[in-house]
Amino acid sequence: MNSVLQAIFEPGFFTSFPVRMALLAGGMAALVSGIVGTFTVLRGQSYAGHALADISVTGGAASYLAGITPLWGFAGVGVAAAAAMDLIGVQRRRGRDLATGVVRGAGLGLAALFLYWGATTTSTTGATVTVLFGSIFTISAATAAVAAVFAVIALGIVAVLYRPLLLGSASPDLAFARGIPVRATGALCLVAMALAVSLSALTIGAILSTALLVGPAATAMRLTSKPGLTVALSAVIGLAATWIGVLLAYDSYYWPPTHHGWPVSFLVVALVVLFYLLAQFVVPHPPGTRRGRDATRLPAALPSEAGA
Amino acid sequence: MITVEPGLAAGHGETLAVEGVSVRLGGREVLHDVRFTIRAGEFTGLIGSNGAGKTTLLRVILGLQKPTTGQVRISGAARGRRHAGVGYVPQKIELDPDMPLRARDLVGLGIDGHRFGIPLPSRSRRALVDEMLHAVGAADFADARVGTLSGGEQQRVMIAHALVSEPRLLLLDEPLANLDIRSEQEIVSLLARISKERGIAVLISAHEINPLLPVMDRVVYMAAGRAASGTTDEVVQPEVLTRLYGHHVDVIHLHGRVLVVAGRGDEPAIGPRDDTHVLHEEPNPDAAADSR
Repeated sequence: MNSVLQAIFEPGFFTSFPVRMALLAGGMAALVSGIVGTFTVLRGQSYAGHALADISVTGGAASYLAGITPLWGFAGVGVAAAAAMDLIGVQRRRGRDLATGVVRGAGLGLAALFLYWGATTTSTTGATVTVLFGSIFTISAATAAVAAVFAVIALGIVAVLYRPLLLGSASPDLAFARGIPVRATGALCLVAMALAVSLSALTIGAILSTALLVGPAATAMRLTSKPGLTVALSAVIGLAATWIGVLLAYDSYYWPPTHHGWPVSFLVVALVVLFYLLAQFVVPHPPGTRRGRDATRLPAALPSEAGA
Repeated sequence: MITVEPGLAAGHGETLAVEGVSVRLGGREVLHDVRFTIRAGEFTGLIGSNGAGKTTLLRVILGLQKPTTGQVRISGAARGRRHAGVGYVPQKIELDPDMPLRARDLVGLGIDGHRFGIPLPSRSRRALVDEMLHAVGAADFADARVGTLSGGEQQRVMIAHALVSEPRLLLLDEPLANLDIRSEQEIVSLLARISKERGIAVLISAHEINPLLPVMDRVVYMAAGRAASGTTDEVVQPEVLTRLYGHHVDVIHLHGRVLVVAGRGDEPAIGPRDDTHVLHEEPNPDAAADSR
């Protein structure tokens, strides 16, 4: 028994400081992304989430040039981009992809510039790799503390606005009619999304952060039709993918082909996709989508048949 | 508020009073001096074609659009910012079929959807939701995701969502659009029953007057931002509608239904009691040929 556990958890896994920081920060990122991501998917804003992830590259690259932890850049630029998208009209169903696309294009252009400067001044691609693919094993305690603050803010927004956001996702008109300030709640939801993306960008990388935002939520809603349970399952799935990913990355030091370890970002995203595919396979007909009766059934005898 | 029981007062007076409402949007007058009242338990149809001003009027009543002049009173009180006893049913739900929100969740949000925080499960809340789903005939698909429901089923769920907050006035924005004939009749009779049983004033907008004829107490007929209101017999008259449209129309009665038909369209706009001239001319195809 002990040897089996040792084979799974390589020696030093639980005592290593980088691993503990990775489990802590990665866990927070997964929880927040899983929970906020459910609303991203429900509100049909996956593309906006994707764009926020792309744009956070700009913030990460800028922080690298400024010599501060990339988390500040990820979050700062993400929240600014969320505000810009709201101003241009990301909350309107019509034309919002355009608003998102414009902001995303501008952000990626700047990101290319900053990463270029970073590469030419240091003569390495360290910034590019860190920003794009994350740095879960090099997170300091101070950075983890900032991450915790961001996590609390994002979760607080979603917890407080849970019901108005849910109602707004079904129909903004219904929410308006109940006196909910739809624009303001939607804007706060975008801020929560930007913070979630910034946390995931720190751990598994800016361009992969959408996987943690959308993947667990998409998997969870395959398993249940209850909104509350979807949020909880999504968080658990994201957490499982991240922690197992960290464990595998730690173990993978002895794996072929290079015997230098596998990148944790790849492992986490691979697990997210694996869970999603498993859910598709295990639950071919999600609860609440197939009913005992056939809604399209025609009357027993159509008038024309009865007359014939 | 000083009134102890506003519902009681409303039983005697009007539930909804629209008083000379005009709305100007971007220099264009979308509503012009619209005035009518609805009493408790009355079923009123808001009839008009696209662009007649129906949606703007509903938005004014809901408090989403400020009238340029005039005001809306609900149970005697001027329309405030917060919803005050008004239930609203939009045309459809904007969720994809795979989204995790069930019919019963949407009805539950009718109770407390505007509140902050995470709801705690409660037996009385669940019982109330079940009762509402039953009342609108939606118990069969209570656990179905709302995005998978048909147009008629979605209407029932949204009516339950609106009713659960015990409104005095129920507004429905084109609920019959996109419904097949059977669902159309089912929704109309459901609304008529609710209106009578619960003493709720119902205002329902529609393109077509005929589906509502059997149950309608009053009609508000709209064209180009103007409205004529009264009982169906009072309003659906050639003179009234011709004045409203500013263009000659005929009203044809056929097996208990009415057809409102435009004049030829090439004659000048005519005023009241001027239609005899057109009536003589219209059936004669030769006259039309001569005028070319």
